[in-house]
Order: sequence, then structure tokens, then C-alpha cells
Amino acid sequence: MEHAHKEHPKYMRIFWILLALTILEVVVALPFLREPLGQTITALLLIGMACSKALYVALYFMHLKFEQRTLMIIALTPFIICVFLVFMLLPDLMDDARHEGLKAESQVVDTSH
Amino acid sequence: MEETTTLDHSADVYEPSLTPDALGKLGMWLFLISDAMSFGALLAAYGAIRAGAAEWAPPSEILGIELTAFMTFLLICSSVTMVKALEAIQNGDRGRMCDFLALTILGGVIFLGLQAYEWAALIKHGLTLTTIPHHGLTGAEISGSALFGPTFFTITGFHGAHVTGGVIYLACLLRHGWNDHYSADYNHKVEIAGLYWHFVDLVWIMVFTFVYLL
Repeated sequence: MEHAHKEHPKYMRIFWILLALTILEVVVALPFLREPLGQTITALLLIGMACSKALYVALYFMHLKFEQRTLMIIALTPFIICVFLVFMLLPDLMDDARHEGLKAESQVVDTSH
Repeated sequence: MEETTTLDHSADVYEPSLTPDALGKLGMWLFLISDAMSFGALLAAYGAIRAGAAEWAPPSEILGIELTAFMTFLLICSSVTMVKALEAIQNGDRGRMCDFLALTILGGVIFLGLQAYEWAALIKHGLTLTTIPHHGLTGAEISGSALFGPTFFTITGFHGAHVTGGVIYLACLLRHGWNDHYSADYNHKVEIAGLYWHFVDLVWIMVFTFVYLL
């Protein structure tokens, strides 16, 4: 009675990968690496590592790799929509004039205290 | 004559009904996808608030990383024990499944305890829904948007509620396991519960990175 979906991947290997990535994340976030790397590179590294960890959990622990392809497409939709959401918000956040306005506003609040 | 060919054709077009275990799994996936969008919206809102704020206190100055790094480790471990529980019952070993399920629940409970401890310490330190602490963990003076508190408590609270739900869910599963409900041929409910638990782990990986590390 051999079922294809009942063959389990080597979970301990996934565990060690996740553990290594977590330690690496914490190290990258430490000030002595964060400062020379710069905010953008640190952020990209951290997000990249978080996404690969999430991918490992979904593919192996949630067995997405061994399911029908359709399920993988369904599971990808929230991720794509979240990326869209961030990009829709970006133009507003990148607006320097608005930033200056906020800074001025907070200064007004500060002086009034 | 033409009518029957149309009928035959439509029979090919429609998919067969979902089998009970495929139905449950698909149902859980659909729930998790909608849940992922809730978390995605929360994290995107957090990003927008943080990027739009005139000043944002560095999270590492307010939130301790060591404890939450350990909490991340704990959830990863509990995910491993969860897949081990499923592996055990698919091999017909019910006792082993119950042991691993109990370990998974223990991991979840310790996680919740640590989060309660963390929240209490942060609130005592001055991080509330309306205020941020005057001094950071290193003793340096800090300032920044008071929205730090609400975003932090909303996101970690929403996740904590999911862990609480997961612990209850797994406790029900363990009770059924003790009552001999599951076997090598009947275990899709363990797999479906596992999907939920791994999702909660996956979300914490994201929360740990975006809220604590960045």
C-alpha cells in the first residue's frame, strides 16, 4: 500500500535549514553588520531570507511541493496580491514633499508642548 | 439527437465532486489564503505607517531580539513535531502521534507564555497603545511615532490569537487521538490541522522579520 503522498521528505534537513537561516537573520540584523551594509541591503537580505524560510515551510511542512500544481497557484494568490498592495502604496510613501510636510507638522506639535 | 451530444459534452466540462478529504484540505487552504491576506494587509499597513511617519524608533531599541529569536526557534521546532505526528499516524503508530502532538501543543503553550511575558515587560517599560518608552534597551534616549505601540500590539496580538486557536485545535485533535479516532487509513484531519499550525509558523517568520528585525 504505497501512496505517493505518504512519502515524507527529510524533515530534519528542513529544520536545520530553517534554524541556520534564523541565526543568519539575527546576525545580519546586529548593529555591527547592519551599519556597514546599509539599510537597503540589510532589508533586502532579511526579506529574502524570510521569504525563503516561508517557502521551505510551505513546500515541505505544508506538502505544497507534493500536491496538485493548481493548489500551488491558489496558494500564490495572496502573496501576489500582497506584493501588489505594497506597490500600490509605494507612490504615496515615496512622495518626498509629503514627508517634508509630516516633519514640519511634527515639529509644530513639538513646539506647542 | 443533438440534445444528447450537448449533455455528454457538458458532463466532460464539469469537474467531479470533491472527495471528503480533498474537500477538507481545500477548505483549510482557502481559509489560510484569506487569513494570509489579513496578515498581508496588517503588515502592509504597518509598512505604510512606518514609512510615512516622520520619525520611527528603531525596533531593536525597544523590542528584545534574543527572546523572540528563541520564540521563532520554538515555533519551528513545533512545526517539526507536527509533521512527525502526521508521519507517525500515517505509519500507523498512534502512541507516537499522540506524543508528538503533545510536544507540539507544549511548544505553542510556551510560545504564548513567552509572548505574555514579553508584552507585560514592554508595557511596564512604557510601550502602550499611545506611548513609547523614553529610553531604549541600551539606555539611549529614543523618540518616534506613538503608532509604534498600536502596530506592534495589533500584529503580534493577531498572531498570538492564532496560536491560541491552534493550541485549542490541536488539543481537540490530541483528545481524539487518545480516543483512538485516527489510524493509518484515517488521518486527513491530522494533516489538515497541521496545515493550520504550519501556517501560523510561517506567519511568525514574517512577523519576526518585519516587526522585530527590520
